[in-house]
Amino acid sequence: MSAAISMAPTEQLKIVIVGHVDHGKSTFVGRLFHDTGSLPEGKLEQLQHIAERRGVPFEWANLMDALQSERDQNITIDTAQIWFQTQKRQYVIIDAPGHKEFLKNMVTGAANAEAALLVIDAHEGVQENSRRHGYLLNLLGIRQIAVLVNKMDLEDYSQARFQHVETEYRAWLKSIHVEPKVFIPIAAKQGDNIASRSAHTPWWTGPTVLETLDDFRVSEPPDGQPLRFPIQDVYRFDDRRILAGRVESGTIQVGDKLIFHPSNKTSSVKSIERWNVVGTAPAGAGESIGITLTEQIFVERGAIAAHETAPPYELTKFKARLFWLGRQPLQQGRSYKLKLATQEAEVALDALDRVLDASTLQVIQRPNGEALVARHEVAELTLRTKRPIAFDAVSEIIPTGRFVIVDGFDVAGGGIIVDDNYPRRTADSLHKSHDIYWSHGKVTTAQRAGRNSHAGCVVWFTGLSGSGKSTISTELERELFNLGKHAYVLDGDNIRHGLNSDLGFSPKDRKENIRRIGEVAKLFADAGLICITAFISPYRGDRDLVRQMLGPGQFIEVFVNAPMDLCERRDPKGLYAKAKAGQIKEFTGISAPYEAPEKPEIELRTDRLSVAESVTTILEYLNVLDTSGAVMI
Amino acid sequence: MPMDPLSKLENQSIYIFREAFNKFEHLAMLWSIGKDSTVLLWLARKAFFGHVPFPLVHVDTTYKIPSMIEYRDQLVREWKLELVVGKNEEVLRAGRTFPNGQATRVECCGTLKKDALKAVLDKHHFNGVIVGVRRDEEPTRAKERYFSPRDKNMEWNVADQPPELWDQFKTDFEKGAHIRIHPLLHWTELNIWEYIERENIPIIPLYFANGQGERYRSIGCFPCTFPIKSNARTVREIIEELRHTNTPERAGRAQDKESEDAFEKLRRDGYM
Repeated sequence: MSAAISMAPTEQLKIVIVGHVDHGKSTFVGRLFHDTGSLPEGKLEQLQHIAERRGVPFEWANLMDALQSERDQNITIDTAQIWFQTQKRQYVIIDAPGHKEFLKNMVTGAANAEAALLVIDAHEGVQENSRRHGYLLNLLGIRQIAVLVNKMDLEDYSQARFQHVETEYRAWLKSIHVEPKVFIPIAAKQGDNIASRSAHTPWWTGPTVLETLDDFRVSEPPDGQPLRFPIQDVYRFDDRRILAGRVESGTIQVGDKLIFHPSNKTSSVKSIERWNVVGTAPAGAGESIGITLTEQIFVERGAIAAHETAPPYELTKFKARLFWLGRQPLQQGRSYKLKLATQEAEVALDALDRVLDASTLQVIQRPNGEALVARHEVAELTLRTKRPIAFDAVSEIIPTGRFVIVDGFDVAGGGIIVDDNYPRRTADSLHKSHDIYWSHGKVTTAQRAGRNSHAGCVVWFTGLSGSGKSTISTELERELFNLGKHAYVLDGDNIRHGLNSDLGFSPKDRKENIRRIGEVAKLFADAGLICITAFISPYRGDRDLVRQMLGPGQFIEVFVNAPMDLCERRDPKGLYAKAKAGQIKEFTGISAPYEAPEKPEIELRTDRLSVAESVTTILEYLNVLDTSGAVMI
Repeated sequence: MPMDPLSKLENQSIYIFREAFNKFEHLAMLWSIGKDSTVLLWLARKAFFGHVPFPLVHVDTTYKIPSMIEYRDQLVREWKLELVVGKNEEVLRAGRTFPNGQATRVECCGTLKKDALKAVLDKHHFNGVIVGVRRDEEPTRAKERYFSPRDKNMEWNVADQPPELWDQFKTDFEKGAHIRIHPLLHWTELNIWEYIERENIPIIPLYFANGQGERYRSIGCFPCTFPIKSNARTVREIIEELRHTNTPERAGRAQDKESEDAFEKLRRDGYM
């Protein structure tokens, strides 16, 4: 920790400078740096020298416009960040381009800021991107905005002109529900009202830009809100399973009972993990930490942990306001990738309410009513994901209330989720019937696997009666279902009720029983399902027969291994008692043999593992097979 | 309560490290032995609970200040790091270097650093490379992204960078391309030293003033890196010095100054 208080690292605030092209943003930044003595030594002379050599007038903007192409064209292409210090704090100044073509760079700059200075040319007045940037600042969640009416020198520092621009732009901001902090008359080239009050504007009694900056507030982390802890990754360093992530809102501490979305599994926090830090103090919003759990449950990247009392929504549809940056428009009938916190899901445009020109708020009408959002347009729409995702409305919790959309290789749009009376914690019953439009004529195994995002296979449980096969298999089925996988349990008793009601328990009938189940399981796997079977299946030869029916890697033999006396004590159906009393003939383990697998894919010692741990073991194995799989260490 | 500024920077860097590790199968980290990449290494251990779960790549020009290599090998032993060394043997054998008078400074950086880096990335099929550059170092870096794509020729298309918002990064890209990941992008030189002090991170002594009143502020190859006048002998004194200086950090790095856009060109072509 730092020694003296006076030497403590200073507070930092990020400010973005936005506005229409050529209204003087970069010039303002250059001047601000000069007037606050923040220019590196020799920088001014260097830039003056370069300008002279190139035979062009010196431009303050060249300080920020570092790229040759920017200096050649005298415009800012990409956003840049530089630092300067006042008595009060350190500022990160983010210069954003004003040209419409570079809107994605403006968004990149602005999305990282805590406050904004919007520059308007007093001479040219309010322009297209003055309005568009105002709209986008609001959409990006920036609430602290000051407007600089620049180039007042070209208007003879006229108060009337200043008021004219202020009135016009204030009306625009009001129409998009933005309340600016202040309007300031400046002349960036001359330095008027930037670091000190200008003699040219005696009528101005408001603050200078510098005073306004110091008046902005550093945003506070949302500690007081409900907990949202999206899992970024799962590590298994040093034989411990650590769930790593950043607390996006709320606080988390040891002993907290957590519910993980979208699986709805629960467990409690055993420890908070940080490296080179003593103790296990609670973690607040913004902290990148790790946690371990008291009970091992299967959790992977994308899960969002919350407290049971305040869970997020968990649906496949939500309403949003979106801006589009992609070269290809956002279109109905195409699928995209949604990224929300650490979740990723396939997403499609469900319904388009309206498309707007963000610089006029005009509704854009397409000639034939086509449902699309073109580059640089904004829209109000409903999105539909292929599997349920956890989210909040941005008005409730910001980090889990916004998202980006990836088209191909590129982040092509971003948006915020708006309120819409979402039901809490109920599965959206609609989402399943919507998957039809991805299918094509002849369906191959690979296509099925692609649609399901997993291949079909058979998870074959074998073990003594009472070893835990049914319990684990049904739990596994539920877990897979919650993960969006297609799984089905073929239960021994159910099969004997119907399909195999003609069979008894002689070695021959047992063999036929297994053969039929094997064939059914094979069909299920071929249909793309994860077919789970839970039969004693005592004979090695019979199981190997099924193994041979299936392709390589498709048969996953799970040996549910528990000592006989434990199975007997459990005896959930009272069968051991009956067998011992001689009421059941040829009961495996009592009056019929059990041949344990020699090389099962998975062995579960259910005398040592809990049901959840057993399920986790299998899920981790399946994940290894899954080519799209989450990274496991 | 607002988080203290250094913790804020640290938490953001850890988040970026973890995103990179999750998203890239063949990940490596460049290690230049300097203060930034050593802080980077420290943050990696924070992110992965004491582990560094990917190899470090050091591009050795053979012109590094000798104590840098000693320091490198010592940390590799102590922190149990996996080190991959890249070297442009061909150019070195042929002697086409600046110190030999056979190349300009910029050409020399191009072959001994940039080309050597490309060779080592190709050889090991790395598709994600963590680099410790910061926005405040020099103007083209001020425009960098946290996840910054390079095409198959390692070129940086600076005129068309991906949007980056709300910590959603570019992690999808064409085959053959790679992504530079910059977890320190938002740190300043002063932040780096404040953090070194807070965490007590071991730093190569070249940064501290010697008996002649000189220290290195930025370290690299000895023919192109010059010490500055300074009496700062401790981390605390360096922090104090930086709070009152107006001299840019890379003032002692000669390759930046060969022409107006020398460094921009180098970086477009794939330099760090």
